[in-house]
Amino acid sequence: MKILLVDDEKELVSTLAERLSLRDIEADWVTSGEAAITSCETKTYDIAVLDIKMPKIGGIELKKRLEEKNPGLKYIFITGHGSEDDFKVASNEKGAEYYLVKPVNIDDLVIKMKEICLKKEQV
Amino acid sequence: MSIIDIIKPKFWDYQDVAAGPHKHLFNFRRIWQLAVVLMSLVAIVPLVSITLIDYKVTQHAVETDFFLRTARLVSNTWRTVSFFLVERRSALDFVVKDNSYNSLCDSKRLYEILRHLKQGFGGFIDIGVIDSNGIQRAYAGPYNLEGINYRDQSWFKDVTNKGVNVSDVFMGFRRTPHIVIAVRHNLSKESFFILRATIDTDRFNDLLSQLEVSGQGDSFLINKDGILQTPSRDYGKVLDKIPLPVPEFSQHTSVYEQTHKDKALVIGYDYIHDTPFILMIVKQKVALMKPWQTTRLQLIGFLIASISVIALVTLSVSTYLVNRILLADQKRIMTLHEVEYSNKMASIGRLAAGVAHEINNPLAVINEKVGLIKDILTIKDEFKGNKKLVELANSALYSVDRCGTITKRLLNFARHLDVKIQLVNIDEVIKDVLGFLAKEADYRSIKVLVNVSRNIPEFECDRGKLQQIFLNIVNNAFAAVKDGGKIDITAKREKTDLISVTFTDDGYGIPKSDLERVFEPFFSTKTKQGGTGLGLSITYGLVQELGGSVGVQSEVGKGTSFVVTLPLKIAKKEDEEKNNEDIAG
Repeated sequence: MKILLVDDEKELVSTLAERLSLRDIEADWVTSGEAAITSCETKTYDIAVLDIKMPKIGGIELKKRLEEKNPGLKYIFITGHGSEDDFKVASNEKGAEYYLVKPVNIDDLVIKMKEICLKKEQV
Repeated sequence: MSIIDIIKPKFWDYQDVAAGPHKHLFNFRRIWQLAVVLMSLVAIVPLVSITLIDYKVTQHAVETDFFLRTARLVSNTWRTVSFFLVERRSALDFVVKDNSYNSLCDSKRLYEILRHLKQGFGGFIDIGVIDSNGIQRAYAGPYNLEGINYRDQSWFKDVTNKGVNVSDVFMGFRRTPHIVIAVRHNLSKESFFILRATIDTDRFNDLLSQLEVSGQGDSFLINKDGILQTPSRDYGKVLDKIPLPVPEFSQHTSVYEQTHKDKALVIGYDYIHDTPFILMIVKQKVALMKPWQTTRLQLIGFLIASISVIALVTLSVSTYLVNRILLADQKRIMTLHEVEYSNKMASIGRLAAGVAHEINNPLAVINEKVGLIKDILTIKDEFKGNKKLVELANSALYSVDRCGTITKRLLNFARHLDVKIQLVNIDEVIKDVLGFLAKEADYRSIKVLVNVSRNIPEFECDRGKLQQIFLNIVNNAFAAVKDGGKIDITAKREKTDLISVTFTDDGYGIPKSDLERVFEPFFSTKTKQGGTGLGLSITYGLVQELGGSVGVQSEVGKGTSFVVTLPLKIAKKEDEEKNNEDIAG
């Protein structure tokens, strides 16, 4: 399972990547939408964890751009501006698998990643 | 409650709390007074003016009418009296010209003439022939007057000079009032004789007394000295002097007004030519004006009735209009307050969302950093076993979680202010609302018990409005209870399609007289503490918008219960449905 973490908060995204690696999940991290697009051009990921609010390219816009060249990529949105309730609205509009509110519980995140991978394998 | 309190309009003691520096514009009592004064002036002044003019015109017409009628009566009576005298004088003229002096001196012939005059004209009592020396040479009549000398009497001198004389009424030798008509007939240049007849004054009196004089009137003859020639009902007997001044000479019939013994009199008179008589008809003005008094009373009655009706209509219309203005003003203020309230809630929401977002990012970093520490301490073998550090990391993570819960609640509250109809869990909404008051409950030791029935499903509702409704009621309950008080919140399913949420406190309670008015806009018992009296009225409006109802029960000293009943499925408005269709499309 290869994960791409995208968040403009470097301290957050680097630490999250480190914690995932401690759980044997390979995670790359970038701090901008442009860097994420570049990473996806060189590597293939199973899941992209995107912060919705970022400078220049936000999570929603980034997802649209990545979808064109990475059809198998699944998405989890994280934000400091909402709650799980928003997922019910957002999932229809934005096509995300999950929608998590900061501060994210690492165990929840890992469970959701595994669920996505399981679904993918089943498909 | 006094009768004044009952009839006093709502706006009488109303003070617009939101008027600010423009208080004078919202002084409804003054507006009412101004409306009443202006409307009364516009309606009553023309009415009173027209009535006064009509009063004067009618009074003048009535006065002119009875002046004319009096003049006509005087004129007619004058003609009758004149004719009476002229007729008799002409008869005497005929007798002297038709008979010689000697034949007239024949007593038998004179009696025959008297009999003919009595039969032909009436009114003659006696007749006599007087020679140029004033001695009565022949006499026919009831008295023995033959041989009497009239030389020194004024009438004899007058008839000698003028040829004819109608005398004043006088007593004479008969000692009874009578008038005399005498005509002279010349025998030669120096010799003449006089035929003299006495006229019955009773017949004369009858002529005037039979007149129908309206207005308690009196008709009589006077001579030029003001001596009554016929008896008067009000001014004395024959030959008495009347207490009224003799009217000045006039060629025609005249009428004038005069006051006598504080009584207004209308006096009509005319001089009877070639006689010493003045015909006078005197009427009491009060009696004449009697029909006018009735008309005047009717006019005044009409005026009073009209003014009363105008006053009643003016008061009613002014009160109604000012009440409508007050209602419109209250509606305006309420709308302003609602907008202000919504804006306030939206501002709080935006502020809360901003703060939560700003805190969430550093909180997430702390969460990840402490999480990493904990991961290292629990996953990596070389750091395993330090329980103290793991506990510290757990404690830090717990605090981060608590902060996360607070920011989530803030975000949740703010976000639902904008969202319209959605599926709502009543338990969550109550807990969200209580979350804001948890600290106050702790500090004041207020016990809040929540009991939500399990059979309440999630239902469609406007969560933002529901939050506001519950927050308003819970805030009121917190204000009502003392420290250490108790608030019970019970939600249960009433029927298949209804739920009820009951908020019961053990606070001060609401007096019975205020209970019916708690949902009225601007009703507040806390105006001096800054209350606007709009909280519960806005709550009432919001509940109605959700298709529900809200009721209240209270007992002073025991507490208050607010029951909010809501439908499980809200009736969507047409425009909302259309909007939803547009979004879905």
